[in-house]
Amino acid sequence: MRDNSYASVMGRKNEIMKQAVGIDYSKYEIEGISFDYEKMMAEVGYSLEEVTKIQDETSVGNTPLVELKQINKLIQRISPAGKGARIFLKDEAANPSGSFKDRRAAVSVYEAQRNGYKGVIAATSGNYGAAVASQAAKRGLKCIIVQETFDSQGKGQPEIVEKARACEAYGAEVIQLSVGPELFYYFLLLLEQTGFFNASLYTPFGIAGVETLGSELNRQMIEKTGKSPDYVVVTHAGGGNLTGTARGLKKAGAAQTQIIAASVDLSGLHMASDRDFNRKSFTTGHTGFGIPFATFPDRSDVPRNAARALRYMNRYLLVTQGETFYVTELLAQLEGMQRGPAGNTSLCAAISLARELDDDQTIVVQETEYTGAGKCPSAQLSFARENGIIVRTGNPEDNCPGKEIVLPQSPRQIHYTEMDMKKIKTSYVKQAVKNYDKQDFSDTERAFMAQDLNMTVQAVEEILASIN
Amino acid sequence: MSGKAIRGQWVKIHRIILNPSQRAPSVPEDTKKCPLEMWLNGYLDQDEAMIGEEVIIKTVIGRSVNGTLTEIEPKYAHSFGKPIQELLEIGPKVRDFIEQGDIDER
Repeated sequence: MRDNSYASVMGRKNEIMKQAVGIDYSKYEIEGISFDYEKMMAEVGYSLEEVTKIQDETSVGNTPLVELKQINKLIQRISPAGKGARIFLKDEAANPSGSFKDRRAAVSVYEAQRNGYKGVIAATSGNYGAAVASQAAKRGLKCIIVQETFDSQGKGQPEIVEKARACEAYGAEVIQLSVGPELFYYFLLLLEQTGFFNASLYTPFGIAGVETLGSELNRQMIEKTGKSPDYVVVTHAGGGNLTGTARGLKKAGAAQTQIIAASVDLSGLHMASDRDFNRKSFTTGHTGFGIPFATFPDRSDVPRNAARALRYMNRYLLVTQGETFYVTELLAQLEGMQRGPAGNTSLCAAISLARELDDDQTIVVQETEYTGAGKCPSAQLSFARENGIIVRTGNPEDNCPGKEIVLPQSPRQIHYTEMDMKKIKTSYVKQAVKNYDKQDFSDTERAFMAQDLNMTVQAVEEILASIN
Repeated sequence: MSGKAIRGQWVKIHRIILNPSQRAPSVPEDTKKCPLEMWLNGYLDQDEAMIGEEVIIKTVIGRSVNGTLTEIEPKYAHSFGKPIQELLEIGPKVRDFIEQGDIDER
């Protein structure tokens, strides 16, 4: 009889993962923090052509690119002369289960089927669950989705309850847990008991699935405007969205395109806190994931995370909950597109950014997500009020996660705040010092960190010196 | 509706996965006080059962799972919420601005 206690199962993590993902990560280890990322991506991932073929099989991808004509007109009106870049929106909600996550799920579930697994499991409270369930249905595999849904009062986050409904609609078994990181322990136990495939968000093939998003939008922009986009704004949480899109753009030859990460600022809320769980109105695309995953990507369920955002991120912009709800309303009322709020995080940042850029420049907002009961702004704001959050119109600078959601009075008030990239990269190095319990890193390790941070080795050395 | 479920009926069960004392050391204080709980829907795999009883269900993928029966024909309670005045004002105000001119700008 196996010991299924928390400590014991966590102790078996590596063996369980190896069985459930089918990747021997030790092959890519070099020394300490350093591993051969590109070799892993080349050997375990798929090429753009292969991914396109896999995604075609299950009707994923080839989503519309929409020029936001009304919103762009508005931006022109509120920008100085000669300013006001044009925004184009990649409507990823057009994918089968309603988000770009279908691209990742398509490849993960293909991989599971190819290797003979009878089923797939994903630990996710987000759109990825529905994506995996939908792809599993298409390929005739069983599916279990494990979510963190309820607080200790039994109150469910409406957005997550809606995801559960969607997963059940696709024939998946949905296990709903109360708040806590020990979801991972239970997830490991299920993998062990069922022998199913771990459709992790962070495997090389999963990230390869997002690369077609980058290459597609580039092709569409060249068709529409004659050139690659100047900026692509990506909603950032776990880092896969940004990593995959950036890699796809690079493979497509868009060498000059700036990659801008965008997250909803939820600072002040603790992600493992029972009390804070239902005091937020965004369950993804926020700093609660965005910062930890940028500064320590290998916190993922798999030993080495294929999503390594700081390799590709040029800037990191934050927006408030209130501004993002406002922009969601603009998209519906001005462009006739009802889309889920979390998926509009990057649109919100883009609207603010567009006003600073020249009017001959272009921005692509690279995703949207579906909306419905539990997800849409009225559902989320009603829930917020029921949980004691003040919801009002006013100055968005007064937004305070867990306390107040303030919607702007006018589009002119939408302003991103910018994260200091040097600070985030310093945090990454500090994490490395902590995780590897040393301050002296070898030449190989420092070179790796330089790649992981898109910096020179000298810059890494300066950071190390400053924290010692 | 009675509090009795019959074989094959769609039900929700509940189970404690970890007691407060068994939780991970890293969780914050407020979470540490609570058990880690699980809820799951499935088909009742016994002749009949009352709410509160220990039961076995068969999930949609055929797994047998046991737990406490908490709901019979569990519904989805999430909705589109109430109308939010602050949202309803946005569209008309912005359309006015696009068509006519400046509104009260900061």
